Amino acid sequence: MKPNTFLPSCPMPHADTERIQLAHGEGARLTRRLIREELLAAFANPFLNPLADAATLPELGGRLVMTTDSSVVSPLFFPGGDIGLLAVHGAINDLAVSGADPMYLSIAMILEEGLPIETLRRIIRSVKNAADACGVSIVTGDTKVVPRGAADQIFICTTGIGRLRPDADLGVQRVRPGDKILISGTIGDHGLAILSAREGLDLGNQLGSDTAPLHHLVANLLESGADVHFLRDPTRGGVAGVLHELVEQSALAIRIEEAALPVSPCARGACELLGLDPLHIANEGKLVAVVGAESAGAALNALRYQLLGNQAAIIGDVIASPSAEVLLANRFGQVRIIDEPSGAPLPRIC
Amino acid sequence: MKYVDEYRDPHLAERLVAKLAETVTRPWTVMEVCGGQTHTLVRSGIDQMIPDKLRLVHGPGCPVCVTPLEMIDRALEIAARPEVTFCSFGDMLRVPGTARDLLGVRAAGGDVRVVYSPLDAVALAQKDTDREVVFFAVGFETTAPATALAIREARRLGLGNFSMLVAHVLVLPAMGMIVAAPGNRVQGFLAAGHVCAVMGYEEYYDFAAKHRVPIVVTGFEPVDLLHGLLMLATRLEAGRCDVDNQYARSVARAGNRHAQQAIAEVYEACDRPWRGLGVLPMSGLRLRPSYHDMDAERRFPSTSPSSVEPPECRSGEVLTGLLRPDQCEAFGTRCTPEHPLGAPMVSSEGACAAYWKYGRSPGQRASATNMRSG
Repeated sequence: MKPNTFLPSCPMPHADTERIQLAHGEGARLTRRLIREELLAAFANPFLNPLADAATLPELGGRLVMTTDSSVVSPLFFPGGDIGLLAVHGAINDLAVSGADPMYLSIAMILEEGLPIETLRRIIRSVKNAADACGVSIVTGDTKVVPRGAADQIFICTTGIGRLRPDADLGVQRVRPGDKILISGTIGDHGLAILSAREGLDLGNQLGSDTAPLHHLVANLLESGADVHFLRDPTRGGVAGVLHELVEQSALAIRIEEAALPVSPCARGACELLGLDPLHIANEGKLVAVVGAESAGAALNALRYQLLGNQAAIIGDVIASPSAEVLLANRFGQVRIIDEPSGAPLPRIC
Repeated sequence: MKYVDEYRDPHLAERLVAKLAETVTRPWTVMEVCGGQTHTLVRSGIDQMIPDKLRLVHGPGCPVCVTPLEMIDRALEIAARPEVTFCSFGDMLRVPGTARDLLGVRAAGGDVRVVYSPLDAVALAQKDTDREVVFFAVGFETTAPATALAIREARRLGLGNFSMLVAHVLVLPAMGMIVAAPGNRVQGFLAAGHVCAVMGYEEYYDFAAKHRVPIVVTGFEPVDLLHGLLMLATRLEAGRCDVDNQYARSVARAGNRHAQQAIAEVYEACDRPWRGLGVLPMSGLRLRPSYHDMDAERRFPSTSPSSVEPPECRSGEVLTGLLRPDQCEAFGTRCTPEHPLGAPMVSSEGACAAYWKYGRSPGQRASATNMRSG
């Protein structure tokens, strides 16, 4: 640099840059601009608009349910969804399966230096659309920027607050022998879509994430009057993970019918090819419901009545057993256990 | 699903089971060679549907399982080098070495990647020219054509940063060792269908005649295995030591000539140590001298002391059918998928993994039996 071009000014980053810089997280002008132009513009609502340190919410008239969830996914955009949808649906679904109507969300984003602003905009739009579709407001949030390499593009942490539904009486303590186990649709789609996108596998163009909000489905199920004992969304660890959690906490056993498990032809093909079990693969828009045997039919109808649940099925029973296990009856009438996945599913050699 | 559902048809399976019951009049011990077949047998419960007189013992056909500790340690050593991007099939990642596994190397900062095809590793070498890309070539004759093609492709592209750690093994020498061993109980083989899809089964005729054992080339679905068992039982009962092909939809007698040519061009047979079995003569493949520049063992000479297999792991006996996984004292106690003593507990084709996964530990079996009768 030639001496005569030297200007004794503060080294201010160029504000019109197309990528996230560390300065975006320093709390100064760039931060305010980022929040005002990108976040507030998208999420505007009376609780967020004052941009205070915390949102003051009205009385909700009921018991509050609160959850928190982190979304870290690669790639950020994949068939059927993106990290923004996952961040919203993750929190909504945790509330929904706890028997709550979701009301408010907070969104915290950790951005990696160098993230294209356009990518951030796409994600923000996606978060906004998902929140709008779910009828929840984003009432507070936070943004931090970390140096390149300290995060993978963007991490999103979502906290959700909901109001417990008066008709929800859910918990593992209500599960008893004879209860029926239902699943709201095909299993394994999300995990396979991510795997396929991440590894560049051509597993068929019908393979897409099932990410979806479950609160309407849950509301419909509870309003049907079915005697619902327990709900869970089978995300990481898949349906097998949820069932193992259930037997561990209830000291009961579960028996699943292999022929009853809904798996899309495309997901089945992908699992056959890679040596994976759809029961072990993550879902982001499915519901496992345990209901009293006498109302299993009503529960199934309530799920199938909605588009999201039109492939719902009764997949098994809760049974009394000396050992708390998850069993599977196969098509040949043989019974085996379903193991709990240890770590992420690894594709086989040949 | 086409080509799958018809081979999982419960009615067809039932008929084959009934036919087997009619056919088997004396006790027989037969071995399914491939770990993929073991998993189907245990997962579908075929081993519990067939007549008691027909005893199944599980074979050595799990490439991950038979890869010796020494080779795993070599892989870990190379993978930990800062300049190396180490590529492997997924099931190798949890196989324990002396001190850790490949996932442990990755957690400690090593660049370890799962690839789905050896050509993915070549593509990586082409993209990241400043990295040494090493592919861990594991497998029987089934995967050898693909790794041979990767070597040829890397040569064609003139890649100086691609090499392979070759641990390929051949199935017939292992079958020969088993059947010739003192105390052998195996009277017939269900041969590994996918190996035969590549190599054909011409060689099996001499083998069957020499060792007086019938061999049926068999597929991997429940109906395939029941059909293969029926064909084998028919031969055993009639005292016929010949060869037949149940898996004709995939296997031709001469195999796949193109695949065989690729193997022959890149590899030559060599003596190779197997986990738990020791060195078997001419039982492995190594790169031919013209490809030595792509041999990772030469490129990254070992600096570690030689490895000693943990004495508690009885994988050698499991791999030769002398010990059923659930008969091992460590099974399910000191050896689990989280803390394996040896590869058969963590490989997707391992017999110990199959017994664990599908609930064949004594406690698990008891409750599964209760459920069935209930």
